[in-house]
Amino acid sequence: MVSILEAYKKFGKNQVLKGINLNIIEGGIFAILGPNGSGKTTLIKAILGMIILDKGDIKVRGQNIKKSSEYRHQIDYLPQIANFPSNLKVKELIRMIKDLRRKPSNDKHLIELFKLEPFLNKKLGNLSGGTKQKVNIVLTFMFDSPLIILDEPTSGLDPISLLRLKELIQIEKSKGKTILITSHIMSFVEEVADEIVFLLEGKVYFRGSILELKTKTKQLDFEHAIESILTDNHA
Amino acid sequence: MLKILKYSFFDLIRSRWTYVYFVFYLALGIVLLFLNNDLSKAVITLMNIIIVLVPLIGTIFGVMYYYNSREFTELLLAQPIKRSTIFLGQYFGVAMSLSMSLIFGLGLPFMFYGLFKSSAIWDFSLLLITGTFLTLIFTALAFNIALSNENKIKGFGYAILLWLFLAIIYDGIFLMSLVLFEDYPLDKLSLFGTMLNPIDLSRTLILLKLDISALLGYTGAVFKQFFGTSFGLILSFSMLIVWIVLPVWRIKYKAKRKDF
Repeated sequence: MVSILEAYKKFGKNQVLKGINLNIIEGGIFAILGPNGSGKTTLIKAILGMIILDKGDIKVRGQNIKKSSEYRHQIDYLPQIANFPSNLKVKELIRMIKDLRRKPSNDKHLIELFKLEPFLNKKLGNLSGGTKQKVNIVLTFMFDSPLIILDEPTSGLDPISLLRLKELIQIEKSKGKTILITSHIMSFVEEVADEIVFLLEGKVYFRGSILELKTKTKQLDFEHAIESILTDNHA
Repeated sequence: MLKILKYSFFDLIRSRWTYVYFVFYLALGIVLLFLNNDLSKAVITLMNIIIVLVPLIGTIFGVMYYYNSREFTELLLAQPIKRSTIFLGQYFGVAMSLSMSLIFGLGLPFMFYGLFKSSAIWDFSLLLITGTFLTLIFTALAFNIALSNENKIKGFGYAILLWLFLAIIYDGIFLMSLVLFEDYPLDKLSLFGTMLNPIDLSRTLILLKLDISALLGYTGAVFKQFFGTSFGLILSFSMLIVWIVLPVWRIKYKAKRKDF
């Protein structure tokens, strides 16, 4: 589905990605984890073509992403910080994205699911953080693309919406889609992820199931397993 | 690209500033006509204002729009749209809404005044055409500056400096060099120097069209000889087009390589 080969990226003097090799197969939920500044968002933005790698190649479904922007038709992306043009209404934003992608969408169902009807005519600049995140989720899930990338999807969500989000993710998974998630909420990751990729200082430090991570670090629960990776490497 | 252009354009059409700009020109046009009662004199006064103001507004609006629409841009970048499409769409959106404010703001009062029956219509059209050219040029330059500077304050600073340089400082240097080298034949040099600055070029074009080149003395005669011919006119318009094409090309080039 996504293959990343020898990805290098430097911002100024800061080498963020130091040769990442990663092959993600089709179907399933993959969590990309790592401490702050380990390169998670950079990697995701590189897959989306928002950041241009210094070296290395990324292929999405066999298509090299440098060649054309068409591959983004196969990706739904939930950005980390929901920044929208503030003088646009929610309704207008949804209509605009639909117009730009020209694909069938199920926005009505999602708007109902997250109870967004009362906000449709409000301007995005006047919405609370959590409501913005819901709009963000609607925009992401309203198209039927085989690859879904979620950058910190849980931020600002209330418990009910979080529950809806988890259900939504499971439904999409059951359709055979590939879902990439980054999150700092370990319980969320443990609940949804089939496989985790742990980034440390710009490299893939560990890849496998959560069970494998626990046995590798000889820890009983997931959070402590992550902690032991970090303390072993920074001690 | 048309879709992005459409959204940027409508976004701007709804913005207060577009109307402020439009109303300003409308008021300017009406005041000049009623105070002057002479169409060709009004055109000259307008020229002096347009030559300085249009580049300033184009620069500031361009930089401001780029920085203000960062969120919109990031949203678009994750969609299946080419980068050059996004940025060129935004650029033309800004340039078009500014040009329309200019053309309608000035055009309407002059139209009601009876422009179509007047002989000044060609001078006036030339004024609007150069105004549109200047808008396109300076908005493109502003986008270039904004694309190259992450820091808003720096971006604004450079944009203002650029305007100051081309509108005022360039002329100063130009004049000083003419004084300094007055013993040498300077008509070729001054012609060349004028060509390199879009503001000077526009001013010269309009002045010559208005037939007041006698004010420019000997150099004016040289200029008249040059710009008066169709070759000179074509060359100066080609120069203005080059001034648009180069920055637009660089917008494309920069946009392709930038990280967001």
